[in-house]
Amino acid sequence: MAVREISPKQAYEELHSGETIVLIDTREPHEYAEANIAGSKLVPPAMVADEIEAAVPDKSAKVILHCRSGVRSMTAAEQMAEMGYTDLANVSGGILEWQAEGLPVQSEVSLTPEQRNRYSRHLLLPEVGIHGQEKLLEARVLLIGAGGLGAPTALYLAVAGIGTIGLVDDDVVDASNLQRQVIHNTERIGEPKTASARQTIEALNPDVEVIEHNLRLDAGNIIETIADYDVIVDGADNFPTRYLLNDASVRLGKPVVSASILSFDGQISTFVPGDGPCYRCLYPTPPPPELAPSCSANGVLGVMAGLMGMLQANEVIKLVLGVGEPLIGRLLLYEALSTRFTELKVRRDPDCPICGPEAPEVDPSDLGKFPDYEAFCGGHTGS
Amino acid sequence: MASVKIPPVLRQHTGGLDLVEASGDTVGAVLEALVAEYPDTRPQLFSEEGELNRFVNVYLNDEDVRVLDGLGTGASDADTVMILPAMAGGSR
Repeated sequence: MAVREISPKQAYEELHSGETIVLIDTREPHEYAEANIAGSKLVPPAMVADEIEAAVPDKSAKVILHCRSGVRSMTAAEQMAEMGYTDLANVSGGILEWQAEGLPVQSEVSLTPEQRNRYSRHLLLPEVGIHGQEKLLEARVLLIGAGGLGAPTALYLAVAGIGTIGLVDDDVVDASNLQRQVIHNTERIGEPKTASARQTIEALNPDVEVIEHNLRLDAGNIIETIADYDVIVDGADNFPTRYLLNDASVRLGKPVVSASILSFDGQISTFVPGDGPCYRCLYPTPPPPELAPSCSANGVLGVMAGLMGMLQANEVIKLVLGVGEPLIGRLLLYEALSTRFTELKVRRDPDCPICGPEAPEVDPSDLGKFPDYEAFCGGHTGS
Repeated sequence: MASVKIPPVLRQHTGGLDLVEASGDTVGAVLEALVAEYPDTRPQLFSEEGELNRFVNVYLNDEDVRVLDGLGTGASDADTVMILPAMAGGSR
């Protein structure tokens, strides 16, 4: 029984004729993963003898084989003919010619060999895998603050392969930052924090595109700053920014991973508009300045920034992957001195002026208009 | 006696203690016992009219008393009352 030689175009037409055809790809798994023809079954050359009868139990079935250039699949076809298969065709020129003619292929990976190696420990996790890593590489995450919380969060998001990391900070690196802001270093004292963080991230992972927002968030710039991001990480050092970010992110439906640290204590929660409470459901009004000391006034254990920053990075990665249980409706407290985690419930506030059912609709033309948060927060900026 | 967890910002008014025992049948009574013992905490917790300040979150165990019965929520010796402050430190 002779094996028919058919062109890729002819194979394509036969495959789409409605006839029942088994398409066998006789390449290696890594070649298959890069590009394959929809509906094809992979039977590598060394496995033909053992596996082909399982893949094609009916020896009278119509079978089309292909490989990269048509050589290995011809060998396999001849092998099958000897085993008694009667209706065999080989795609001449293989998938190379198929692609050269512009016929469709599907890919299981968009990852380069370097990426597959770099993220191999992620790829081994069923919760991540190639598909999840692609999501991470496509994700756009904005960090509010490239300081204590932003620094460790950015490091781990960068090495995880978050494809785009935006950094909002208008400050410069100071020697007093280096006790906890591990993304900066001694040589960068005096440099803008966003520029310093960018250098570190780019050295860690060339896959990451860093976007510097060397500014202080205010009502006039927040909408355009956050609009293009998928997830926002709030590590702001002051209440006006936290309330402004909350209100803007609810308007745009952006999830916010929010943490804060002071002395030996940390708090973290994840606010996903519509799915759970917002920051204002938890804290309807900001505290007066005397109850809201800043780290620069009260001090903070450097390790706290790392711990809470890691938890933020973990939340971001779960949100991007769509796995696990983010801290939605939960406030996690960490006390470093006693090494104790406490979890509190956070409910949606039915009277929330921002995300509650009675919250006023915001006209698109008013999207960027906000109340005066500096006044709302007693003029306290916390820095 | 219920346990009251004191946040860092209030510890200067409780002699540095992070956990204070206070007796009372309700969350409000427990907090009153706290401010009776440590008077400097009163202005932080209550308004001049005696209402709980809006910026103070009080939890009974893991639940916000706002979704329970507020300061009237019953408290027992086994309960922990937590005073939860909003914190804005991102550590500049």
